[in-house]
Amino acid sequence: MNNSIEIYNLKKSFNTVKALDNLMLTVEQGGFYGLIGPDGAGKTTLMRIITALLLPDSGSIMVGGLNPVKDYKELRLKLGYMPGRFSLYQDLTVEENLSFFAKVFDTSIEENYHLIAPVYSQIEPFKNRRAGKLSGGMKQKLALSCALIHKPEILILDEPTTGVDAVSRRDFWEMLSQIRENGITILVSTPYMEEAVLCDKISLMFDGKIINSGTPTEITSKFKEKIFILKTLHLREILKIARQMPELKSVNSFGQNLHLVVRDNLVEITEIESFIKKSCDYDFKIEPYQAGIEDCFIDYLESVENV
Amino acid sequence: MSEDNIIEVENLVKKFGNFTANDNLTFTVKKSEIFGFLGANGAGKTTAIKILCGILFPTSGNVIVAGFDIYKERNIIKQNIGYMSQGFSLYEDLTVKENIEFYAGIYGVKRKEIKIRLDELVDKLQIHDLKNKFVKDLPLGWKQKIAFSVAIFHKPKIVFLDEPTSGVDPITRRQFWDLIYEAVESGITVFVTTHYMDEAEYCDRISIMVDGKIDAMGTPTELKTMYKAKNMDEVFVKLARKQTEEIK
Repeated sequence: MNNSIEIYNLKKSFNTVKALDNLMLTVEQGGFYGLIGPDGAGKTTLMRIITALLLPDSGSIMVGGLNPVKDYKELRLKLGYMPGRFSLYQDLTVEENLSFFAKVFDTSIEENYHLIAPVYSQIEPFKNRRAGKLSGGMKQKLALSCALIHKPEILILDEPTTGVDAVSRRDFWEMLSQIRENGITILVSTPYMEEAVLCDKISLMFDGKIINSGTPTEITSKFKEKIFILKTLHLREILKIARQMPELKSVNSFGQNLHLVVRDNLVEITEIESFIKKSCDYDFKIEPYQAGIEDCFIDYLESVENV
Repeated sequence: MSEDNIIEVENLVKKFGNFTANDNLTFTVKKSEIFGFLGANGAGKTTAIKILCGILFPTSGNVIVAGFDIYKERNIIKQNIGYMSQGFSLYEDLTVKENIEFYAGIYGVKRKEIKIRLDELVDKLQIHDLKNKFVKDLPLGWKQKIAFSVAIFHKPKIVFLDEPTSGVDPITRRQFWDLIYEAVESGITVFVTTHYMDEAEYCDRISIMVDGKIDAMGTPTELKTMYKAKNMDEVFVKLARKQTEEIK
């Protein structure tokens, strides 16, 4: 068996709300898999079912060759899970938290130190500090160490970098790529699109379903609309003007630039230029552009929301 | 205080025991600008915001907010500001409408006026279906947009936004920034922290805090030129890298 996670027709409702609606997902063994999607798409529910913390209503699910509904005890040994909210013991020190998790799984810090070393070595100087007194970035590293200490086969990470600064985030993703070199399968959700592209495969979730998945290049190559990038020092002003142009399907800011998506290939650069120049004298430059994951994300969601 | 400034901070120091959270901060925020207050986790941003909002006293230094002195006129300052954070924004067990009425009441908005502004807001955000729902039943994106609208409902001079878009998807983040632009156009000054570096580009001016100090300040264009960086992400990484190596 080459898949770490196999899910067919998974359904889960909370009262009248369909959290997961016939969801299908396959994650290969050793894969590095990213989940993206708007709030309320069902990402956390899916992760809780995979980790045997929630029961599905129906459908079939296999995780590490086991059924989370029946074999949850065995499965726990194979899984590392980092929930979205920091859930370690605030009153225990860094080292106490880690050795607690090690003991629960009948192992020790020494035995699996090599596995957590890239992460834990960075917070080890603070091993006598209480977890509640750590900075955001350090809490993240402790939580990851605790999720790894029993040498899991599969690591499930629910938005591990939300609220974490840009530098700590980079460090965190570097650590993830080191961890996967040990053959650990990783399933991670993130609201940061520049992180999602670091995964081998990405799935976009919406309304309890996976509506698009593939490698980052597969996803971006499916983007068929004409898209341009506009560079200017007067972003806000030109954003407003460009949004008035009916031939543009969407105009969004991307950092210091705007991305313009053309409706049904209706216009070219020169026509957009003259439209904007009618309303202002600001300098700007429009160039062809290759859509990224964030462009795809926005385009898919806008199209499903307009249906 | 200069006419153009809405916040003036001079030599602000805040210590907790031996730990210096804010180490001699000096900066100004201009009226009706979007001021981005960036920094790594633990750099001291939230401490500074609490001082500017009149929740914490500084150890030393001068701070003027909306023309009022932080030491003597804290209560007047609170009437002139709005505040929103990721951690605390709305009461989950109240409906959207009840939250708005509650906050507006606290800020002394007249009952008649509340009704008028509430109707305007419901139309603007298109939340006719949502207004009678409990906040706990709303998706995070809506909570954040409504929390922002609540924070500026009493028409404050400044609104402080502490990581308002944390964990929010790309579409909702952009809708949120449209609301920020609108607020600025109506004359409200926006003081915002974020970990999304694309959002840093949307600010008029930015300060970057490292280790309790402000290490850089300027417009995004100025900072990118100064640090020979192609975007704000690079500026931030260049500045923050040196200290995270030591601490984290």
